[in-house]
Amino acid sequence: MKAAVIVFPGSNRDGDVARALRQAGAQVATVWHTDTALPAGTDLAVLPGGFSYGDYLRCGAIAGRAHAMDAVRAHAARGGLVLGICNGFQILCESGLLPGVLMRNVNRRFICHRQPLRVERADTAFTRAYAAHQVIDVCVAHGEGNYFADAETLARIEGDGLVAFRYCDAAGGLTETANRNGSLNAIAGIYSASRTVLGLMPHPENFVEDVVGGTDGRGLFASLATAA
Amino acid sequence: MKARVTVTLKTGVLDPQGKAIEGALRSLGIAGIAGVRQGKFFEVDVEGSDKAAAEATVKAACDRLLANTVVENYRVEIAG
Repeated sequence: MKAAVIVFPGSNRDGDVARALRQAGAQVATVWHTDTALPAGTDLAVLPGGFSYGDYLRCGAIAGRAHAMDAVRAHAARGGLVLGICNGFQILCESGLLPGVLMRNVNRRFICHRQPLRVERADTAFTRAYAAHQVIDVCVAHGEGNYFADAETLARIEGDGLVAFRYCDAAGGLTETANRNGSLNAIAGIYSASRTVLGLMPHPENFVEDVVGGTDGRGLFASLATAA
Repeated sequence: MKARVTVTLKTGVLDPQGKAIEGALRSLGIAGIAGVRQGKFFEVDVEGSDKAAAEATVKAACDRLLANTVVENYRVEIAG
């Protein structure tokens, strides 16, 4: 598995996601946002968390139009894997690689806490190390994670099984209090139609070591490491 | 020539910031406000003097960057 982490001005989780990928056995290269190509043989392009361009205009709006994103779009069009975490998910929505948009949290607060997530399906390149409907313990840290799409788009996402993760309580229940940012249908992450592009707000890369509180994030990187 | 671009949230899209501003106005004791929606305003300097061309340029800028048309509408005024 060869991964390329794209770094934008203001990215700040690139080191963590690179570390999580290496821990799982992937080779990791770094790509600067002005680069126009990914390294030869890249299997997975990663858009890390952070505050690209200081969240100016809209979160992910400017990064979504960076030169490196043309290379990511071409990679995705070839069937290459793409993972966007937090700001990376916002960038994927802004760049048109995923539908919908991440709006300001409904409670207007930056939320930063542990968050149980329900894994919707375990048959994708990103989740095969988990079980379907498994509840995993990860972290969220964002001010704009409130997933919104128009009714038609939402119906398509649900109908085609493109929801990757939902916010839930510790028992896997989809309660209103578990969905603190107000996302439609408690959506925490979605796939592209081919399920080769994944965007999610929570940070699986935070929880890959017991010493920092948990290891439930490892499954995602372990899945990816064996995907190519 | 100057273009004025107003970007607003589409009807039905939740606007937590507008709601917060509405609450702040109420707590200031400013009565008679039924609702607030927050948007963005851009002043764009366009090269040349062809009004139609300027409008087309600014609309392209809106479609490609200034607005996210999934949730936002935009309005362009060319100020002579």
